Amino acid sequence: MSEFVMPSLGADMESAVLMEWHVKEGDHVTKGQVIAEVETSKGVIEIEVFEEGIVDKILVKEETECAVGTPLALIRTVGETPAADAPPSSQRIKASPAARRKAKEMGIEIATLAAAGGEVRLEQVAAVAETSPEIVPKVVAPDGMRQAIARAMSRSNAEIPHYYLSTSINMTPALKWLEGFNAARTIQERILPAALLIRAVVRALQEVPELNGFWQDDEHHVSVAIHPGIAIALRKGGLITPALINAQEMGLDETMHSLGDLISRTRSGKLRNTEITQQTITITNLGDLGVESVFGVIYPPQVALVGLGRIMDAPWAEGDTLSVRKVMQATLAGDHRATDGRTGGLFLDKLNQILQKPEELL
Amino acid sequence: MTKEEIKQAIIGQILEIAPDIDEGEIVSDENLQRSLGIDSFDFLKILTALNEVLYVEVPEADYSKVDTLEHMAEYFAQRIKS
Repeated sequence: MSEFVMPSLGADMESAVLMEWHVKEGDHVTKGQVIAEVETSKGVIEIEVFEEGIVDKILVKEETECAVGTPLALIRTVGETPAADAPPSSQRIKASPAARRKAKEMGIEIATLAAAGGEVRLEQVAAVAETSPEIVPKVVAPDGMRQAIARAMSRSNAEIPHYYLSTSINMTPALKWLEGFNAARTIQERILPAALLIRAVVRALQEVPELNGFWQDDEHHVSVAIHPGIAIALRKGGLITPALINAQEMGLDETMHSLGDLISRTRSGKLRNTEITQQTITITNLGDLGVESVFGVIYPPQVALVGLGRIMDAPWAEGDTLSVRKVMQATLAGDHRATDGRTGGLFLDKLNQILQKPEELL
Repeated sequence: MTKEEIKQAIIGQILEIAPDIDEGEIVSDENLQRSLGIDSFDFLKILTALNEVLYVEVPEADYSKVDTLEHMAEYFAQRIKS
C-alpha cells in the first residue's frame, strides 16, 4: 500500500486545491495516468500517478485545499488486501470555487467561515464582506502567480551567479528554407519559425549538454533528457514556462505540433504536473514582442536560460560584401557555478551553425 | 458573403481562439497581432480556422495583406468572389 500525496509543483508551492478526482475507489490505475486535477497559482494542473495499482481509498474530497505532502489517496498493488478505514485528512476546508475566489478578493480568511461546519458558500462570504466595512478589496495585491514568480526570481538573483553571452545569427538561410518548405504544404502543416528555433536549441543542447540540467546540493547534474521550459505569456498577465517533455525525441513536425498543443493547454489551464516541474532549461522567445535581445533570469535549480530576440532586417558583412539580412540576437544566461563562459559560447556557436543548415533539423 | 459578414466571421474565430479578448478591443484598422497580443501560434490558428470556414488559404507571403481586421476582410472578400 502506498500513499498518493499532494505533489510539490515547484519550489514555491505550499498548497493547492484538489479540484476533481478522475478515479473512484476500486479503480485500476496505470503508471502515468491522470487521476486528479488540482488548482495552483499556475492554473489547473492534471496530476499523474507514478505506479500501477488499485485506488484503495480516497482520503480527500474535491475542492479541498491541501498542503504539499498531504496524503490524497491510498493505492494498493494488485493482489494486496484493502486497508481498514484510514483517518480523514485534517486540512479540509470545504468551499465552493466562487466562494474561495471572493474571499481571496476581499481578504477574508476562508477558515474563519468554515468553523460553522458544512461547505462555505459564496453567500456567506458576501455577507461577511458586507458587514465588515473595514475589509476592502486589495487593489494591488499580487495574485498567486505573481507571488510565485516573485519568489522564484528573488531566489534566483540571490543564489545564482549569472553570466551573460550574446551573438548575432544570420536567419536568412533558415527563413528562406522554411518559406519554401511551407509553400509546398497546407496551412494545417505549416511550421512556424518559433518551432524551428526550439528544435535548433534542442539540437545544440545535445552537442553541449552541460547547460541542460540542474544545480542541486552544490553539484551539477546534467540531464540526458531535454525538457525545455517554454516561456508562454498569458494575455491577462503572468507567465508560465511548461516543459516540452522529451524534446530530444521530436522531429520538426512533432516539435511544432507539441508546441502548439502546449501553448493551447497553458492558456486554457490544462497542464500536467510533469510539465510544470521537469524543466531542464528555459527558452524565452520574446520575438513576437519586438525586443531585440533578452537577458533572462535563470529559474532555479536550472543552470541556463536561452533568449531569442526579434528577427529583424540588419546590415550584415560577409567577406568584403555588405548586405541586408534577417538577423536574430541569441543570448545565453548561464549559472557560473555550473558552467563557464566557454561552454556558453560553444553552445551559441553550435546554435548558429545548426541554423545555417536548417534542412538538417527535419 | 458581404465584407461585413466576413468581418463577423473573423471576429468570431478570434474570440474562439483567444477567449480572453473582449470584442470591443478589436479595432478595424489596428494591427491584429500587436493590438491584441496575439502570438504567431494563435495567428496561424485563426487563419487555419478561417480556411475551414471560408475555404481561402492565406500563404505566408501574403501575411502583410491580412495584418488588420479591415485588410483581412478585404483579402477574403476578393478571393471568395473569384
